[in-house]
Amino acid sequence: MDVLELARVQYALTTIFHFFFVPLSIGTIFIVAIFETMYLFKKKEEYLRMAKFWGKIFLLSFAIGVVTGILQEFQFGMNWSEYSRFMGDVFGAPLAVEALLAFFMESTFIGVWMFGRGKLPDWVITVSAWLVSIGTLLSALWILAANSFMQEPVGFEIQDGKAVLTDFMALLTNPQLQVEFPHTVFGALATGAFVIGGISAYNLLKKKDVEFFKTSFNISMIVAAIASLAIAFSGHAQAKHLMDSQPMKMAASEALWDDSEDPAAWTILAIGDQQEEKNTWNIDLPFALSYLAYGEFSGSVEGMKTLQAKYEEKYGEGVDYIPPVWPVFWSFRIMAGFGGVMLVLSILGLWFGNRRKGILATPTWFLRTMMFAMAAPFIANTAGWIMTEIGRQPWTVFGYYTTAQSVSPNVSMGQLLFSTISFSTAYVILAIIMIYMVARVAKQGPSIIDTAPKQENVDLMDKEAFK
Amino acid sequence: MDLTVFWFILIAVLFTGFFFLEGFDFGVGMSTRLIAKNKNERNQLMSTIGPFWDANEVWLITAGGALFAAFPSWYATMFSGYYTLFVIFLLVLIARGVAIEYSHHTHTDKYINYWHWLIFGSSALAPFLLGMLFTSLVQGMPIDKDMHLFGTFTDYVNVYSVVGGVAVMLLSLVHGLTFIGIRTEGVVRERARQMLSKLFIVLLAGEVVFAVLTYTSTDFFTVRPVATPVFLAITVACTLLAWAFATKKKESIAFTMTGLAFASVVIMLFVGLFPRVMISSIDPAFNLTIDNASSGDYTLSVMTKISVVLLPFVLGYQIWSYYIFRKRIHPTKK
Ligand code: HDD
Ligand code: HEM
Ligand code: HEM
Repeated sequence: MDVLELARVQYALTTIFHFFFVPLSIGTIFIVAIFETMYLFKKKEEYLRMAKFWGKIFLLSFAIGVVTGILQEFQFGMNWSEYSRFMGDVFGAPLAVEALLAFFMESTFIGVWMFGRGKLPDWVITVSAWLVSIGTLLSALWILAANSFMQEPVGFEIQDGKAVLTDFMALLTNPQLQVEFPHTVFGALATGAFVIGGISAYNLLKKKDVEFFKTSFNISMIVAAIASLAIAFSGHAQAKHLMDSQPMKMAASEALWDDSEDPAAWTILAIGDQQEEKNTWNIDLPFALSYLAYGEFSGSVEGMKTLQAKYEEKYGEGVDYIPPVWPVFWSFRIMAGFGGVMLVLSILGLWFGNRRKGILATPTWFLRTMMFAMAAPFIANTAGWIMTEIGRQPWTVFGYYTTAQSVSPNVSMGQLLFSTISFSTAYVILAIIMIYMVARVAKQGPSIIDTAPKQENVDLMDKEAFK
Repeated sequence: MDLTVFWFILIAVLFTGFFFLEGFDFGVGMSTRLIAKNKNERNQLMSTIGPFWDANEVWLITAGGALFAAFPSWYATMFSGYYTLFVIFLLVLIARGVAIEYSHHTHTDKYINYWHWLIFGSSALAPFLLGMLFTSLVQGMPIDKDMHLFGTFTDYVNVYSVVGGVAVMLLSLVHGLTFIGIRTEGVVRERARQMLSKLFIVLLAGEVVFAVLTYTSTDFFTVRPVATPVFLAITVACTLLAWAFATKKKESIAFTMTGLAFASVVIMLFVGLFPRVMISSIDPAFNLTIDNASSGDYTLSVMTKISVVLLPFVLGYQIWSYYIFRKRIHPTKK
């Protein structure tokens, strides 16, 4: 392994870790804000307890989202200094706006929301929760604008070997962003909804706080079903868009070495060999690829060998433009597969939840399934990013700058080993603590917020503390 | 004014704001082991920064983002050049952020105690590392003609940079203690005052050593023969005033003074740097400056418009949040 590969491993670990917490935070605060609003309008104590209880899960996630986010920002300069020099003019602007517009808003209003209850009118607390939620969405918008530029560079020109921005609005109207932002955000909402649904299912199985968890479950299933539908539509839009913007990525995600027949069949499963550039075994679904790519049941799709020749003509010879095919191929299938599962489960959940008012309206097997289904959105999110980012290889900025050019020249193998090992250790520890804490909250149930923890001499939710 | 100059100033302002704000919450973090005697008192101290510390840290994130946006080469050279220091710094920030948040959700005394130790250690280390970073940076680093920094251990760790680290750590502690003075009631407030009266002597001594080393280790007294001594003098003067007001229990003024002392050190460093952003110890021709490290005019003007529109809002709601959480935090008797 060389410096480049290790830098990539470290980058992948760090970003994937950050993105476990990002969608969980975005999704849970959105639902918490819904509970806050319901409390504000209906004045039922139960909704307030829901906001506080699920708010705890959000806070646990947010804390780790923040600390790993700082690492995200710094690692571009640390590991990818040449990329930063090349891209700074373009990437820096959205990142700076993100900090000014989104991060300040999130962090300030989280303070108001957490510590202001009882001191400030209820509507201020509700508005603060929504401002935190909007903050997380804005932060997603700006960072994804930067990421979309890497997938599909727009509004810039190359001067002295650097990308120089010429049209700021183009970053926001980037066609890639228009499909990537909704897909990612709905993925995040689904993540929050499935976690809330899963923890509720667990408690319903135990028959604990049934009313509390039944309401939580039903509301989370509404969000989950809407989000899952939207994910499928926006995912389809992404695939269509990829055909124009990054045909090589699309071909890799289909393990399509040679041009397809017309109409194109969709490869469901395949085993093959990257070196020999062929599949040794596959199962196909007729017509489906044409539909996925063009929205109609005809049309041939270009294979990777044809595209390699085209790319060589366009971007220069002597470079292998085919990304690692199997990670891209499988991650696409895993994502879309879990997407289908999530859609079915959330619709079932809606139906079971609303069918009858009785306690055991939802069958036990389904509740048990929903507990395990908590993992689904995390797997799908990770797979989605692996497909998007590995499928873009060998480029960091598509068509202009390669990953090999991006890495810091002055960072040594030893330094990278040190950082990779220490960060990974930190992630393992953080993951263990986080899972332990969430499990404890989930097990104890809402009583955790009714009995203010004994040791807290200053109860932070208590207005008396601020006299 | 040239936009590159404007952005240099803005970055200096962001770092100054960061040290002024996060400085006191680092200080409060350190105080948890220095003036609090038990868990309740530690919780009381941590409550003073509860609603603020995260937003304070965003000043650093924004400064980093602005650095990336306005001076990509400064960002690239500094972050890759100070690789190991940043790895440790990031680990420290991870530990600190998680410890502060998770201590709210922990119930057993034993684990709360662990979190509090982490808060103490990380709050002390973070300002120390930043102090080292900035002092070694102004001393000059081995930067070659391609803007790549290949440093050896002593470039980062030497007498001046260690003194700089300790100075920033002490400033944070003193600033945090004056903050505790305005935000608490009861025995910790009294102890903060007692500790301050001893610390001011140490801090003043540290400031003098720092000034002397700035004279011998950097070119600041030749580049800025007026500004450098003036800002150093302001630092010392503000420290003395803070001392006087703290003794008289005029805590708000004392807090303002420790903040100004801190700010004046940071401003001194940025003024001395200007128009350079990173100094090469190999050849002044390899210096990174606001011209050769900056982004294009278009990006800078877009960002200028955006920040001029957004900053008033950001400052507005932050001040509002300090206003609503202004009351003193009482110890609870139980
Ligand atoms: C789709 C959304 C998304 C994506 C792709 C990323 N982030 Fe993120 N980030 C968020 C969405 C988010 C958030 C929702 O705003 C977070 C996560 C949870 C949280 O606590 O805030 C956050 C936190 C967060 C923070 C701390 C903010 C604070 O202190 O409040 C920083 C500095 C970054 N991120 C930076 C990055 C960078 C440089 C990324 C690129 C690799 C990145 N994030 C990917
Ligand atoms: C704005 C957001 C993002 C930016 C600017 C960005 C940038 C980059 C860069 C510079 C690389 C180069 C390193 C490499 O190719 O190995 C990369 C790779 C990668 N990124 Fe992203 N990324 C972003 C978001 C994400 C997110 C949120 C994830 C997933 C959680 C992710 C997952 C990956 C993975 C897995 C690789 C490794 C690819 C490989 O090793 O081949 N990225 N990205
Ligand atoms: C229902 C079937 C789905 C389809 C057809 C689909 C399609 C796609 C496609 C084509 C991409 C790559 C876009 C690119 O490289 O530009 C992608 C990326 C991604 N997917 Fe999916 N997806 C589906 C389900 C899901 C689910 C269930 C989740 C998570 C809950 C998810 C999360 C993501 C994420 C986080 C990315 C990376 C960011 C992005 O490029 O948007 N996807 N998806």
